[in-house]
Amino acid sequence: MSAETAEKVASDETARATRLAKAGDWSRRAPLLPALIFVIILTQLPFIATLVVSFMNWNAYYPDERGFAGFDNFARVFTDSNTRSAVIVTILLTVLVVGISLVLGMAIALLLDRKFMGRGIVRTLMITPFLVVPVAAALLWKHALYNPEYGLLNGTLKAVLGDNAPQPDWISNNPLLAIVAALVWQWTPFMMLILLAGLQSRPLDVVEAARIDGASSWQIFRSMTLPHMRQYIELSALLGAIYVVQNFDHVFTITSGGLGTANLPYFIYQTFYTAQDYGRASAAGVVVVIGTILIATAALRTAFSLFKEEGK
Amino acid sequence: MSTSTPPTETVNGAEVAAEGREPQEVNHARNPKSHILLTIAAWACGILFALPVLWMILTSFHKEEDAATNPPSLFAPLSLDGYRSFFDAGPWPPLLNSLTASVLSTILVLLLAFPAAYALSIRPVKKWTDVLFFFLSTKMLPIVAGILPIYLFAQKVNLLDNIWLLIILYTSMNLPIAVWMLRSFLAEVPVEMLEAAQVDGASLMTTLRKVIAPVVMPGIAAAALICFIFSWNELLLARVLTGTVAGTAPVFLTGFVTSQGLFLAKVCAASFVVSLPVLAAGFAAQDKLVQGLSMGAVK
Repeated sequence: MSAETAEKVASDETARATRLAKAGDWSRRAPLLPALIFVIILTQLPFIATLVVSFMNWNAYYPDERGFAGFDNFARVFTDSNTRSAVIVTILLTVLVVGISLVLGMAIALLLDRKFMGRGIVRTLMITPFLVVPVAAALLWKHALYNPEYGLLNGTLKAVLGDNAPQPDWISNNPLLAIVAALVWQWTPFMMLILLAGLQSRPLDVVEAARIDGASSWQIFRSMTLPHMRQYIELSALLGAIYVVQNFDHVFTITSGGLGTANLPYFIYQTFYTAQDYGRASAAGVVVVIGTILIATAALRTAFSLFKEEGK
Repeated sequence: MSTSTPPTETVNGAEVAAEGREPQEVNHARNPKSHILLTIAAWACGILFALPVLWMILTSFHKEEDAATNPPSLFAPLSLDGYRSFFDAGPWPPLLNSLTASVLSTILVLLLAFPAAYALSIRPVKKWTDVLFFFLSTKMLPIVAGILPIYLFAQKVNLLDNIWLLIILYTSMNLPIAVWMLRSFLAEVPVEMLEAAQVDGASLMTTLRKVIAPVVMPGIAAAALICFIFSWNELLLARVLTGTVAGTAPVFLTGFVTSQGLFLAKVCAASFVVSLPVLAAGFAAQDKLVQGLSMGAVK
């Protein structure tokens, strides 16, 4: 074999190698693309369209007045007291539901992290609320529990305290808390499940040793359990918040957004579906997304640190 | 979190004392008295949380006039009237729609998510963490922010009140969760085994079946369970985008409360029937539920 042919073969080899590497890149990407393209088309495109509509005058009841509106819709969103109230309700709802569910979930997870008779049954009973379809759960709370005339709450009051028992109208008296309670009932099991899994992954020999060493339960909880549980608490709070921020079913069913309980999802639904004010609904949607991005960046950072700790 | 990190702080001398001891179940309560109290507390919590559901089931088997009494009539005669009037209201089309939308979207999710998870774990693309976090970020984008363009588009191409529209949207709603979950399971496939299979000249199908499937099957089951539950439960999209033809069970439920007459037993029966598939699936696969809800982070 002459030197020339050898060189040619060698350069052919390198060309083939780069070609292979490139083909390798694409063969790596190929399985990812269907899912990625699917998600981009269905989540990013609609949002870009929302952004466009948010700068338009567009009410389906007045089709002739369609046109460019500049920042009018945003100005209306920011000055409108309904929108402001919707923002506050959304924040309150999320913070209260996630906060209370976390504390309750943690307490119950600690109770279930022991050996006792019927532990499996209690765990099953505990997750039942999470497995009720949200609309059905909201209907159940509104009609079977909260109803002032024949709901279980007032029924129990009368059964226990007699005929003079107070019979409050739960929803009218505290509309937002009525929704919070129904949501806490569904989300506590969720928090409890993740936190219990966290508790059960504790290195028990160390805890046991600390106990033998004379550490009190509270000391162990504070300096050993809580640090270990941090990532589980963050994870369940993050996931819970993602779902509760978007809650529509309970607000829609229990109060129909009345009595000052309309949160942003319900407000946008109403503006677009009932009032047919597409421009304004879109502007509100854009505001929600910007708010979500701000919160989500923080949340994603949390998720990312969790992800790194996973060691992958 | 598949690998549990040891606690960063240890109580003085804990490690010394731990030597030579078998790890054992923590017994929070040393004395039997507080053990009994804590057990009672745990049972009380479980019963309290399950009580509304038990009440719903009991009420669904009462006659309307017994369901709406104050104080409640616990021991009223049982009756199937609630279920009769529920099934007379024509619940089968919406129930079938829910089943179609949930099952088909779950299958689509798995078909799309599995290759994607593969490309994010076993043979990762460049910047695969960015891609993974892009998927997660779409879960944070509120559905309501994109619902109007979807509605207008569906109106234009005549897809309103069509079950396929819901199937496609539920797929996009659940796809990010499934990608995350399946990736976390695929990441546990031992790479040495894959390499060994390659050296032995095993085909892709054999590798998938013999090496990858055993590790990933629980993940697929968990992802399927959670995708099914979320699709079955969804209300907002179904309410806005469907009508009389493609309406799902949750939409049917919202229209079920009448303004006149007694309806409590009927509503309880309806709520119970609509929740039954989720309750059954969730109870049957309790451990999968945790994995699914935490997107594979807890195993």
